[in-house]
Amino acid sequence: MSLELRGFDIPLLQPIDLTLADGWLVTLSGPSGAGKSLLLRAIADLDPHQGECLLDGQNQCSMPAPVWRRRVGLLPAEPQWWYDQVGDHFPDGKSTFLKPLGLPAECLQWQISRLSSGEKQRLGLARLLENEPRILLLDEATANLDQENRQRVETLIHDLQKSRRLGVLWVSHDPDQRRRLSDRSLRIVQDRLERESWS
Amino acid sequence: MELIRLTPWDLAIAASLILALAALSWQLRLGVGKRLLISATRTLVQLMLLGLVLHLIFDQSNPLFIGGLLLIMALIAAREIRARQTRPFGGLWGYGIGGSTMFVSAFALMLLATQVIIQVDPWYNPQYLIPLFGMLLGNTMSGIAIALDGLTRSAWRQRPVIEGRLLLGETWQQAIGDIRQEALRSGLIPIINQMSIAGLVSLPGMMTGQILAGSPPLEAAKYQILILLLVAAGTGFGTMGAMWLASRRLFDERQRLRLDRLKSTS
Repeated sequence: MSLELRGFDIPLLQPIDLTLADGWLVTLSGPSGAGKSLLLRAIADLDPHQGECLLDGQNQCSMPAPVWRRRVGLLPAEPQWWYDQVGDHFPDGKSTFLKPLGLPAECLQWQISRLSSGEKQRLGLARLLENEPRILLLDEATANLDQENRQRVETLIHDLQKSRRLGVLWVSHDPDQRRRLSDRSLRIVQDRLERESWS
Repeated sequence: MELIRLTPWDLAIAASLILALAALSWQLRLGVGKRLLISATRTLVQLMLLGLVLHLIFDQSNPLFIGGLLLIMALIAAREIRARQTRPFGGLWGYGIGGSTMFVSAFALMLLATQVIIQVDPWYNPQYLIPLFGMLLGNTMSGIAIALDGLTRSAWRQRPVIEGRLLLGETWQQAIGDIRQEALRSGLIPIINQMSIAGLVSLPGMMTGQILAGSPPLEAAKYQILILLLVAAGTGFGTMGAMWLASRRLFDERQRLRLDRLKSTS
């Protein structure tokens, strides 16, 4: 499925026209406070915005918000938890993405209070993927991870990109990661979205 | 039984205790001394004035006048609900959500009590309508104020959690469900406690007043039971209505959490 923004207008940025084709991974970078997270939030329909946002030609407004957010899944920089135990946050208390993310099956019985920030980030991704999103919006998804786990996340996303034709918009501050992963890389310069070139 | 009349000196003894409490609060820097003194002064002035004018009101036989009076009481209570919020809704919503649910709930139960249960004659007899409405209004107001404050403060504090749940495809009702339930519970706890300990630990105020004024204790108990049950129902229905309206108002038509609709009074 493809995601298309037409005259997409949020505070801090000039109106954006952007197409994220299915199976593509586009990375996004820019200085802190430039509006990267705001853009992802608006695409996930968490903040009011102007302009059009289409998923395979279907307008955001024509789809109930919960359905949109399941199809266009956003993983925030700090995933949130509201029950005491990890498994309570997963449908049927199960997940098929634990192993590829280097997490043991028994982690579903763990208490949230004992999780590290890296575990929270990987579990947050596993939980989001259970919704089977068609588009994935990642906000610094590997910021708290060591090299081994970062590699696991990148491999899983790459596999899903190929097998499910998942479109990914990934905010990343790591230039090597952007170079390694992206089909296209965008950068916010002042209030405009520009294509990043590697020199 | 002869009624023992209270002198100004008797009230002064009770008032001196509040002065002592305020002084202690000031000494310990608890920050509630001023509010305590203002509230006590308001109690004194408001109840003395009420005592002076109530017999004039009870002599009234115009239902429109009585209706107007009930409306004024409700408007003052709506203002009080808003004043007790740390983060009230902006504009008329700040008064409307608590005020409307409180008025509908208290008014409906007052009509039930006076027309169906007690069968007051004439139907607008102010001697029954006004004290009953006042009791229902006061308690419903407290329940709604506590619950609304809990809801809006928790929504403010737990924004990341609510939005995290929305991001996983939950509806607005699911995303705020736990917070709403907790706020509702906190609004109902005072009346639940009051009912649980009535007659065991505490002698409720109305019954005490009736007994002191010479009513037979059993009659006073029956009226107290009626009032407590009505107050519990009024507080419950009013608070539930307010919670539903307020939580709905916290989200827009696209089920986005809209904390920009709240104001900060602190």
